[in-house]
Amino acid sequence: MTTSPGGWETVVGLEVHCELRTATKLFCGCRNAFGEEPNTSVCPVCLGLPGSLPVLNAHAVELAMRIGAALHCEVRPSIFHRKNYFYPDMPKDYQISQYDQPINVGGYLELPDGTRVGIVRAHMEEDTGKSTHVGGGGRIHEASHSLVDYNRAGVPLVEIVSAPDIRSADQARAYVNELRGILVATGASDGKMEEGSLRVDANVSVRRAGSDAYGTRCEVKNLNSLRSLARAVEHEAARQVALLEAGQAVVQETRHWDEGAGRTQALRSKEEAFDYRYFPEPDLVPLEPDGPWRARVAASLPPLPAERRARVAALAPGAPPDRVAAVVELGLDGLVLEAAAAGADPALALSRAANEVAARAPAAGGLDPGAFASLLQMESRGELTPTQAKAVLSRLLDGQRDPAGVARELGFEALPATDLAQAVDEAIAALPREWERYLSGEDKLAGVFVGAVMKATRGRADGKAVTGLLRERRRSQAG
Amino acid sequence: MTLPTALDLAQAVRTGERSAVEVVEEHLARVEEAEPEVHAFNLVAGEEARAAAAQVDARVARGEDPGPLAGVPLALKDNLCTRGLPTTCSSRILAGWVPPYDATAVSRAVRSGAVVIGKTNLDEFAMGSSTENSAFGPTRNPLDPIRVPGGSSGGSAAAVAAGFAPLALGSDTGGSIRQPAALCGVVGLKPTYGVVSRYGLVAFASSLDQVGPLARTVGDAVALLEAIAGHDPADSTSLDRPAPALSGCLAQGVEGLRIGVIQELAGVEGIAPEVGARLHEAADALAGAGAKVDEVSVPATMWGLPAYYLLAPAEASSNLARYDGVRYGLRLARPDITSMYEATRSAGFGPEVKRRIMLGTFALSAGYYDAYYGQAQRVRTLIIESFAAAYERFDALLSPTAPTTAFPLGSRTADPLAMYLSDVCTVASSLAGHPALSVPFGTGEGGLPVGIQVMAPALGEPVMVRVGAALEDLAP
Ligand SMILES: [Zn+2]
Repeated sequence: MTTSPGGWETVVGLEVHCELRTATKLFCGCRNAFGEEPNTSVCPVCLGLPGSLPVLNAHAVELAMRIGAALHCEVRPSIFHRKNYFYPDMPKDYQISQYDQPINVGGYLELPDGTRVGIVRAHMEEDTGKSTHVGGGGRIHEASHSLVDYNRAGVPLVEIVSAPDIRSADQARAYVNELRGILVATGASDGKMEEGSLRVDANVSVRRAGSDAYGTRCEVKNLNSLRSLARAVEHEAARQVALLEAGQAVVQETRHWDEGAGRTQALRSKEEAFDYRYFPEPDLVPLEPDGPWRARVAASLPPLPAERRARVAALAPGAPPDRVAAVVELGLDGLVLEAAAAGADPALALSRAANEVAARAPAAGGLDPGAFASLLQMESRGELTPTQAKAVLSRLLDGQRDPAGVARELGFEALPATDLAQAVDEAIAALPREWERYLSGEDKLAGVFVGAVMKATRGRADGKAVTGLLRERRRSQAG
Repeated sequence: MTLPTALDLAQAVRTGERSAVEVVEEHLARVEEAEPEVHAFNLVAGEEARAAAAQVDARVARGEDPGPLAGVPLALKDNLCTRGLPTTCSSRILAGWVPPYDATAVSRAVRSGAVVIGKTNLDEFAMGSSTENSAFGPTRNPLDPIRVPGGSSGGSAAAVAAGFAPLALGSDTGGSIRQPAALCGVVGLKPTYGVVSRYGLVAFASSLDQVGPLARTVGDAVALLEAIAGHDPADSTSLDRPAPALSGCLAQGVEGLRIGVIQELAGVEGIAPEVGARLHEAADALAGAGAKVDEVSVPATMWGLPAYYLLAPAEASSNLARYDGVRYGLRLARPDITSMYEATRSAGFGPEVKRRIMLGTFALSAGYYDAYYGQAQRVRTLIIESFAAAYERFDALLSPTAPTTAFPLGSRTADPLAMYLSDVCTVASSLAGHPALSVPFGTGEGGLPVGIQVMAPALGEPVMVRVGAALEDLAP
């Protein structure tokens, strides 16, 4: 829903910082790794020692260009600026970032529900280090001292800034989820929000439904999961609506999401009006990727989630969209496509992938598509009941390869068709009164025959196949 | 006294005629004698120099090539990083800091056989024109100790003039190699921006800073430049081309070269009459040697000074932000981070550095950026265009290096603008990124040396050193 009951509309723009999965940092040769001993992945450049100079990492540029291409941006010549402010996490007391000439501008991202969210820009910059405040409960103002780890200083980031096109907490969540899928697919990011690989800030405002003007926005920080993001957007919008309905104004400020308390709070910083004194970084030269490089990057893009969803949906028309989305998000769409290509029923493949296979996500990668396809075909032919097929699938996910062998092992060997037909005929002969009623249209009596056949075959018959045979016999007797 | 050139010394060491250790001892002896008066050095690295010289001698003894500068003592401006030797920039803020790496120019000079004998004094962070803005006291001009050696590479110029080292490295942002070279009567060369790596040069104004040689002869300066020049992957602004071959140009003469004397600088406000006279004598001498000499107007050179004093402080305000007491150097303990920053930086920086940080911070501020920084960048473009027009008609341009000869200590310290005028002739080629060379040519009042500046277009070092070498031969 885009409007709240009180006739207010929520407007959200998101800024996502994505750590790039490069081997080394943005401007030096230090390892770009998470979770190392503090200050072990540092050198004169990323420590900002006097006399050191940055050298741009070409792989980081390539990943930034891939992100731009995947978000339908214009990838263009760019320059770096210095963003000046004092901060102990920042070794040079300025951040090298892109300002008014970023590498990627003007794209869009399409959500699974078809909504297009504009991408204003996706620019490159370096990350800062991390401070730990010791004593005083970890808060900077009460700490006895602070320790700084510069391992993260200089790690390459791309900041992706959306247009204020998002209209609800659910959409915000869907946007970040989709963006994460794209970043993982392009190889730019590992997508781990909990490790800080993806960091989200939300600009939230509200306005009267139907209005074109934007309300005063607040920037909400510290959103460490999709759940936090959705909760924070909801809470912040509600806070603003309550203020406005009480006749008060929303103050433009940066607010911190407190996950435990479930609310946003104004940051305690003094009302400093930051002037970052941007100017072109004189230690770097303009970045002008040539046409062939840009073309190579565009051509090397793997299929993105939207395209993958479209492929699966085309194969199984009428399949529920969330089932298609789930399969793509879990990377199981390849399995479905291969199974279908090998002759399995696409709808059945999609259903099994989205449910039974997805439930065993870590093992799913080891599932052999050929074996999966054979199993699905056995089920479709009635050689296995759905329950039996699921039991066999579970064994395949445990690492077994031969579905027919597994079925035999489990005693699921299907009755030969002639044996099944014989069992059905015997049941009809044994229950003549019930058969008369079935012939006269009492369909529910089919269950009696299925039960009898099951009993006679000790459960090896497929109920659907029995029902099919019963219908066949009725048609031939009627004709 | 007539001292041997660096190339003569290297030749003697390479042939085994003299040992590097002996050469170094001889220079250290001169340092011991005159350094107390001159104060060229922040640090004399006697032990390290003796050990390095012994290694050069060992290489000679083993029959290996000890390099073209074998055994030549080299003084380094104390804003070039030296692994294991303190690097102070003549500032209290860097107290106790020892770099873990060598500047590229330093490691290349050492690889060529040069022996580092010490780190020379400078105006704090290279901001100044007299070497009086040093936290460790001023350097004095060896030719007249009541006078300044110029700056900011005053320690390097004085070390060469005093015979402490035949070669020195300096850095030039708006004239900091050329002006002290002129005031001390030695040769100073600022290369084309990007010819020498800035890696390990502590930044003052990144888009202007260049490392370059000071020496007693053009030939020695060229030999040191050839040793340190060339592409360095660690400096993104270093030009992707090999070091220029310049030695072969020295003896080519000026026959047929078109040389322009810049009118605006020849008659610049405050120019000493003898300096103007030497410039015209130099022009006449070059004409006599076969050059086509004429006057040329390059009006944009006069806009250089205001543009420079906006751009350089702007970049400096950012470059010097990192001296915050958090990671290295001076720290004054205070209960919170903001007061620690304030106390440390207030105590650590001298008044001229503070003045320029404030100027630069203001020039970059929101609402003023375009009027100051933006305007200065546009002037920079005009200067490049103005030079380009002149270089359509001339191969090289001539001007005084500085408007006056060496001035007495203290005579300009109270008036920053008067001090800034010392750079009026040199800033234009810095802003354009062009090479420029100062060569001694006669003397002025009191027998103090006068320097003539030879300018050339970007990568015009070959023609520039031809003119410089000719001037050196023609000098009175
Ligand atoms: Zn590093």
